[in-house]
Amino acid sequence: MASYRLRINGVDRAIESSDPDQPLLYGLRGLGLTATKFGCGLGQCGACSVLLDGRPVQSCLETVANAQGKSVVTLEGLGSIAAPHPVQAAFIKEQVPQCGYCTSGMIVSAAALLAEKPKPTEDDIRTALAGHLCRCGTHVRVIRAVMAASGQGG
Amino acid sequence: MPALTAPAARPAAAIAQLFTRRTMLKAGMLAVGFAFAGSRARAQGAASGPRVLDPKELDSFLAVDGDGAVTLFCGKVDLGQGLRIAMRQIAGEELGIGVDKIKYVEGDTALTPDQGRTSGSNGIQRGGMQIRRAAATAREALIALAAQRLNLTADDLVAVDGEVRPKNGGAGLRFAELIGSKSFNLKLNSKAPLKDPSRYTLVGKPLPRPDVPAKCTGTFTYVQDFALPDMVHARVIRPPAVGAKLVAVDETSIKDLPGAKVVRINDFLAVTADDEWTAVRAARALRAQWSTWSGLPEQDKLAATLRADRDVTDEVLLTRGQGVGSTPSGAMTRSATFFWPMQSHASIGPSCAVAEVTENSATIWTASQGTHGNRKTFARFLRLPEDAVRLIYLDGAGCYGMNGHEDAAADAAILARAVGRPVRVQWSREDEHGWDPKGPPQLLDLSGVVDPSGHILSWRTEMWLPQTTRGLPDIPLLSPAAAGLDDVRGLQPGLISQNADPPYAADNVAVLVHWLKDAPLRPAPIRSPGKPANCFAVESFTDELAAAAGLDPIEFRLRGLQDQRGIDVIRRAAALMNWQSRPSPGPNRAAALTRGRGFAYVHYKHSESHVAMGMEVAVERSSGRIKVERVACAFDCGQIINPDGARAQVEGSILQTLSRALMEEVKFDRSRVTSLDWSSYPILRFPDVPKLDIALIDRPTEPPVGAGEAACTTVAAALANAVFDATGARLRTVPFTPDRVKSTLDGV
Repeated sequence: MASYRLRINGVDRAIESSDPDQPLLYGLRGLGLTATKFGCGLGQCGACSVLLDGRPVQSCLETVANAQGKSVVTLEGLGSIAAPHPVQAAFIKEQVPQCGYCTSGMIVSAAALLAEKPKPTEDDIRTALAGHLCRCGTHVRVIRAVMAASGQGG
Repeated sequence: MPALTAPAARPAAAIAQLFTRRTMLKAGMLAVGFAFAGSRARAQGAASGPRVLDPKELDSFLAVDGDGAVTLFCGKVDLGQGLRIAMRQIAGEELGIGVDKIKYVEGDTALTPDQGRTSGSNGIQRGGMQIRRAAATAREALIALAAQRLNLTADDLVAVDGEVRPKNGGAGLRFAELIGSKSFNLKLNSKAPLKDPSRYTLVGKPLPRPDVPAKCTGTFTYVQDFALPDMVHARVIRPPAVGAKLVAVDETSIKDLPGAKVVRINDFLAVTADDEWTAVRAARALRAQWSTWSGLPEQDKLAATLRADRDVTDEVLLTRGQGVGSTPSGAMTRSATFFWPMQSHASIGPSCAVAEVTENSATIWTASQGTHGNRKTFARFLRLPEDAVRLIYLDGAGCYGMNGHEDAAADAAILARAVGRPVRVQWSREDEHGWDPKGPPQLLDLSGVVDPSGHILSWRTEMWLPQTTRGLPDIPLLSPAAAGLDDVRGLQPGLISQNADPPYAADNVAVLVHWLKDAPLRPAPIRSPGKPANCFAVESFTDELAAAAGLDPIEFRLRGLQDQRGIDVIRRAAALMNWQSRPSPGPNRAAALTRGRGFAYVHYKHSESHVAMGMEVAVERSSGRIKVERVACAFDCGQIINPDGARAQVEGSILQTLSRALMEEVKFDRSRVTSLDWSSYPILRFPDVPKLDIALIDRPTEPPVGAGEAACTTVAAALANAVFDATGARLRTVPFTPDRVKSTLDGV
């Protein structure tokens, strides 16, 4: 059993694993950070997205060994109900999620988009979120929420 | 005067249990903590007083506590459609209390009455109306109690803000003072007066859904996130062919994985481990030998296989008119065949469940939409009395249909019994795409005769559909069958034969179905069961008849329609589309990028919502690619409880069904499903999403009917009709992939 040290949501944490190839996803969930969701394990759906050193990645494809020493931000780390990230606040205001299973990954990727491009166009948002699947069909609300979070639309 | 009884005290031991168990559960899971209490209390004997669960009894639905807060016990579950707020709005409105004072328990067989499966868009329509009746009965009782205490008549009193007060002013009595913590002991009164909709203050308001903030901040507990102490993680190993039998297992193949164990019961094979990743690795590493099996039909010949099936039961669903005579001169005859393939529920999260099974009882946490209905099935294969089996709903990844949730729950229950510890089963992506029960295939032949004025002289629909097995309580589940346990056998595709006749005037109509006794892959109700295919055929064929008569598609429909609410939604959708009257196809169909508009209408099940939908598309002739640019929808589901919730349902119905119509088809070879991931079974992505214009038509004095399925129904027809308008080519087989569109265009 090896210990992989990371900074998760601003706190130094250790993921214990006997397998260096264990996906970061299971490491995070094993620590109780269950906002990050298992969707496919294939990097095809976006449900498990987190920020790794500020960059959105699919945590089902990142290994704990590769994540060692890096900074991870999950949905829990972006904000809380009391102090939500602007994207979270906009998702709540626009009542985006239905089942909500894809929501975590979408918010994380949208937050990364706005960090890089504070005033994206609708097409920028569609492109940035093209790797995120939603079965309930909340897409138009997602786009509206990200526009609102960037201070556009209304 | 309502009879009142003192509440049964909850024994201290049960309360202690409640708190020890509750501390083990995540924050925000009060309902589950409470749920445990119910179970423990019940287990400790009749003196502790199990909850009343009879849906004829008021106490089954509603309780007032000592602080005056109301708890609603709802048998229907919230899958994201917003019942958690809508039910509070309905109850709070009738009762006279704010939604923030209403606690909520749902889908727990030990705590909530059986209101039937959450399906068929009947959550509000049936479940909500039971809750409305319960709240009205409670208000009547509270007012009667207050009248006695205040020495006034019921007519002098009003229930508002959690108290009953004199209409003319003066001090009132809080609900808690009137009945706090006591049972009502009343039957639901179907004659209890209902509030006049003109005085509604909660119903009809777009109140926010209470689960949304937690879902957006990562504090919401899905069944995938639920954990019990000492729980093991499991993966079930499905065979490489649908009907394969397990020949041998090489347990040494996982001996290097710490703690990994094999569970085998006949053809049921699984691995368990203390942590999830080890379970995943064990499932991948385990070597097993299975028998060969290749009993599936050839995919390319599926429609022909259905048509050739002679082991069918024929049923005439409908005949209208005097029978078809000779075709008058000038009348035009058309016929066409439509096909809808098998589709997956395609939830974003694969199915998951947690179970704790002892010798005498089973508790299963599941995202099933039918916890109460599942109970009988689970009791049967676990060989337990029904009341020893408890299912508790927790949200899963949605699809608005019957995906693998029930199967995962059965997996977990069987494994929990086998290993003697609580078990969490998580399906893989491959499991979900490969083994979720599928939306059934549907084949339809349509023929009709229309006169030059656009009057339908005759119409005939002939369908080939898998038949629902009579009396089947549930769908057959994978693992009980594999393990050789007592399971139900048969098919449960849902009510898939409705809306196969035109809603328009026609001199003669006949609808026939050839019921198939089997289906290539196990079927289950997929969102709006059967109706998207039937309406695709009926509304596409209506369009064909309109084109034959040289009439504008909307004008053609309005000429044959008497239903005023239908006419209203059609006119409203036409206005949203800025519809210019002309026959289809349009004038520019030879262009490289050609644009068109299409229309479709349904009166869902001929008794529920009215939906009219227009669609604007661009078709790239060289590639066959369809770009849906705009969808306009006018939607009338009667009284709207929560307009934002209803709108979200319509939006989602449209986008999910666009995905199904454009992209989705389960692929299979002779042995198994081969579309096992999101690249072989793609669904709609952000760049494909059109602009949506939705008009909800509120009818406050009409009964509320389902909002969650009806808008699925018109999507494929509106889309196919728009492609016809753009290109002159008819798409009659779903999905409308670029290859299929291109070959259809090349054939024109």
